[in-house]
Amino acid sequence: MSVKVQLTINGEPKSVDVPPMKRLLDVLREDLHLTGTKEGCGEGECGACAVLMNGELVNSCLVPALQANGARLCTIEGVSTEGRLHPIQQCFLERGGAQCGICTPGMILATHHLLDKYPNPTMEQIQEGLAGNLCRCTGYMRIFESVQEAAKIQEAKGQAA
Amino acid sequence: MRSDVTEFELVAPTSLDAVLNTLANEAGRHVLIAGGTELMVALGVGRLASKSLLSINHLPELRFISVEENAIVIGSGTTFTDIRHDRTIAEELPLMTQSASWTGSVANQNRGTLGGNICNASPAADTPPVLLSYGATVTLISAGGQRTLPYSDFHLGYKKTALKSDELLHSIRVPRTFSGYRQYIRKVGTRNAQAISKVAIAALAKLDGDTIRDLRIGAASLAEMPVRCKATEAALIGKSITGDTLEALVRTARAAIAKEARPIDDIRSTAKYRAAVAANLVEEFLRSLVG
Repeated sequence: MSVKVQLTINGEPKSVDVPPMKRLLDVLREDLHLTGTKEGCGEGECGACAVLMNGELVNSCLVPALQANGARLCTIEGVSTEGRLHPIQQCFLERGGAQCGICTPGMILATHHLLDKYPNPTMEQIQEGLAGNLCRCTGYMRIFESVQEAAKIQEAKGQAA
Repeated sequence: MRSDVTEFELVAPTSLDAVLNTLANEAGRHVLIAGGTELMVALGVGRLASKSLLSINHLPELRFISVEENAIVIGSGTTFTDIRHDRTIAEELPLMTQSASWTGSVANQNRGTLGGNICNASPAADTPPVLLSYGATVTLISAGGQRTLPYSDFHLGYKKTALKSDELLHSIRVPRTFSGYRQYIRKVGTRNAQAISKVAIAALAKLDGDTIRDLRIGAASLAEMPVRCKATEAALIGKSITGDTLEALVRTARAAIAKEARPIDDIRSTAKYRAAVAANLVEEFLRSLVG
């Protein structure tokens, strides 16, 4: 069984013919060749496959393709603009928020979602917002610092604009 | 082993009526899928038994929070994020907000639904103890009509519910009668973030001076399904709770919950540990009522 699923990915309309229960994660990686989204646990615990679907953070390993039909998706490939890193990415790079890199795409998108909701997050809000994203390298402190720095830069930019 | 996704059918009927008609015409053939936070995990490990699924998470008819004069009614398709953001729920049913906030991570709360949490019928689920203590009722609908029953009659055994094959959980109604109650909830898991409970207790008490007029305890992972601890409640209702009576009351409560609880050994904990922690939580609740 195969169905047509239409998506807007990182601003571009796409259409794929896929089994309706195929995981959105696999649609992204196999059908659309967007391999920035990673698979960790495959059961919604680790957040490596997190993407934004209609602006909400979701684990793409738990979304059947059909339920994404018509959705607007943002993956890690869509976070930078015109070849320039997003401030969140830049902060993760500069503050050592990324090591092996498997959790990083999910961390960046979870941070994106967090800062949309709380532009000036408390440490508690950061920890809760990223509680669904596991990292086995950093020990999290550098990730939290990266998020705090990104919040500062975004706030400064907002004030300048 | 991962399932072969090409073997599975999934359709998204355009309306609730269409879903109900499909359930009526092909009873028992389909499994409903809302946010997918349980069933997609089962798919991933090759344990999704049904090959035919009906998607319901796009139906606005099931996603609502309606504040009525005497009750707050929550549609089964309401997400944990929706529940967390609702101010009336936060003010009047704080245990609901709290349990929604520790059901999985933010990403799972954005997808997972209250109805899914209930119908998946895990004895460890986060919201059932709360709904049991609040005395919620559930409305089940089918093409033939609807019926309402106390939520305490919904769970029949391990992963067994009162839902018939042509029925769907429409909504959950919680009475707005708890403003004068002391409210308590605690979940004990491996870590704070998105752990599955080893044990959880939600409890409410109404005091009249020093007298316990009403007391309700809902529990997760103390039996094969979410349960109200009626015997423990009965042992405490009507009693006087003061600094002088507290220690005796704590002993009574610990003995009652130890007798009533039917926990099991599994990968997350042992029956012995669960029983001990349940007694500790009930004790903590009672102590919170004094002073």
